[in-house]
Amino acid sequence: MNNYAISLQSLRYGWSNAGKVLLNIDSLNIAAGEKVFLFGPSGSGKSTLLNLLAGTITPQQGHVNLLGTALNDLSYRQRDAFRAQHLGIIFQQFNLIPYLNVIDNLRLRVEFLPRKQQQFAYAQIPQLLTRLGLAEAQQQAYRLSVGQQQRVALARALLGAPDIVIADEPTSALDADLREEFMTLLFELLGEKTTLIFVSHDHQLRNRFDRAINIKDFHDATAVIGVEQP
Amino acid sequence: MMRTRIAVKSLLNRRVTVLLTMLSLTIGIVLVLGINHLRTQVKESFNNTLAGTDLIVGARGGSLNLLLYSVFHMGSSAHSIRWQTYEELAKHSQVKWLVPLAMGDSHRGHRVVATTPDFFVHYAYGQKQALQFSQGKAFAGKYDVVIGAAVARKLRYQLGDKIVLAHGIAEVSLAKHDDSPFVVAGILAPTGTPVDKSLYISLAGMAAIHEDWQSGVRIPSAKKVAQADHDHEHKHNHHQKNKQDHDHKDEHEHEHEHKHGDDHVHDHDHAQSLSAILVGLQQRSATFTVQRQVNQYTAEPLQAILPGLALAELWQLVGSAEAAFNIIAWLVVIAGLLGMTTSLLAGLSQREREFAILRSLGAGPWYLFLLIMLEVLIICGSAIVFAIALLVLLLWMLQPWLLSEWGIQLTFSFISVQQIYYLLAILIAGILLSLLPALNASRRGLHDGLSVKY
Repeated sequence: MNNYAISLQSLRYGWSNAGKVLLNIDSLNIAAGEKVFLFGPSGSGKSTLLNLLAGTITPQQGHVNLLGTALNDLSYRQRDAFRAQHLGIIFQQFNLIPYLNVIDNLRLRVEFLPRKQQQFAYAQIPQLLTRLGLAEAQQQAYRLSVGQQQRVALARALLGAPDIVIADEPTSALDADLREEFMTLLFELLGEKTTLIFVSHDHQLRNRFDRAINIKDFHDATAVIGVEQP
Repeated sequence: MMRTRIAVKSLLNRRVTVLLTMLSLTIGIVLVLGINHLRTQVKESFNNTLAGTDLIVGARGGSLNLLLYSVFHMGSSAHSIRWQTYEELAKHSQVKWLVPLAMGDSHRGHRVVATTPDFFVHYAYGQKQALQFSQGKAFAGKYDVVIGAAVARKLRYQLGDKIVLAHGIAEVSLAKHDDSPFVVAGILAPTGTPVDKSLYISLAGMAAIHEDWQSGVRIPSAKKVAQADHDHEHKHNHHQKNKQDHDHKDEHEHEHEHKHGDDHVHDHDHAQSLSAILVGLQQRSATFTVQRQVNQYTAEPLQAILPGLALAELWQLVGSAEAAFNIIAWLVVIAGLLGMTTSLLAGLSQREREFAILRSLGAGPWYLFLLIMLEVLIICGSAIVFAIALLVLLLWMLQPWLLSEWGIQLTFSFISVQQIYYLLAILIAGILLSLLPALNASRRGLHDGLSVKY
């Protein structure tokens, strides 16, 4: 058994069970604590890869191993629980439920954590709010600025100290100043052992990461699902 | 707990649609509960209208018609009964008591019934409750009138007030007996029966005010003509089987029947010509025998009806209308539930983002399914609560009017076992219909994953 946080082996994924392959990954290993910059053009399968990692979809072929657990072997219910316990996810924008206030949006994350993690996560809320400069805890989410919303989303993803954080273009809706602020906070708050998969088109950010992966490297126009590669 | 919070806040976020959905459901539930309550209460008050009377005797015709005009004071008799018949019946060995009723006059839309003071003794309603006076007593003098509780309340009459009766039974009557005003001698306690809406005078009183009347028209000099033309048939003493003395025997000395050639055409045969007779028997087992004898009476065409049977027959008639109302009410509920399902289904597309966020946090399809179910329960539950509150308000507002106009006493306790079953049925129907949006939401959760189509 390896100590990779993420390990993908012989993975093939297409939108249908027999047809063109969108993602073809022979082997991809990401170590625990590694910060990875993932890039590629729109429609190249970045979101699909994130969905595979989150366990909301499963590949037609191959294996997805997270923290030593084979997601393929879990039921969808177990994958949901696994996601809640080990993954923190940040979207591009509209991360928050608009009609809930900041506190409720954060509590929502705690709701899905395992019992033993909940108490710790609840204690984290005030600290994170202070650290992120979010004084508007009772404010409805839709009243917050985009920058504030992304900071709340960051706080929520970090609640319960997840092992892996997946961020899908979290800075694309922010201006240069806010982007800088967000990135600084992200790297400050992420633990050394926390693995980060950061999707972005913004190559200026690339240098902050341990590794950059081009999703296009996982494309193979000749590959077809159901046919083993030589 | 958090799920309930999300459900409530999500509903509040969509409050206009949700409130309209709740409103349509509320209206449906109010209709279902209200109609059922009204039906139960009307049936009860219906069956409680007359108790203790074994037979109602009237001129031959429809039994329902006889019941309607003699008990409910609706419509009128096409024929009348002669006073002789009343006397004959009083002699019957099985007859314990009998109360004559003569109708045809009114007062401001309320029926005036001419009878004997025995009416107040023998008329019973509900669980054989006798009539009671809230003020005053039974009529004693010729121009005394006893009024029902609703009449007193609606027209604000008190003891000693003088009132003028009108000829005929129309709401607005042009011909008035203003030459002979009556004095309120007694006010009856409320009964929740048509008695509340009626006025009672003595047969002598009715005869007296019609002295100068002929064929429904007042002829000032008609007294002599009438005396020449009419048969002075009765010089009788008060024919009470139980030989009660009513202190006004002498009044009957002048009573006479108007025997017109077209006797059967109009219904204003006052004096001793009667509209109906309420009969109490010595033994209830004799009911059918006496009924047959009355029906076979040869001196004039008569019929006797059993109030209980006639009431049941009448209720069957009303029942079909009630079934139609019920169907309409349930259709409104179904329309409301379908509206709810439609709005929930339509809202799912707008909530894709919400579901994707919940999925990213670890919510499974089952969580989304239950979330939608919870929302449906909140909508239906609120609609039920609103409906009950609205019904209480409506009852509170309509009760005085229903009592005074229709003589229907509605209670506030409309939540019966049957009503609870109805509410459960509505709730279950709501849950079943909401399976569609709930399953849809959970399916979206499974397929769409974390991606959102904009």
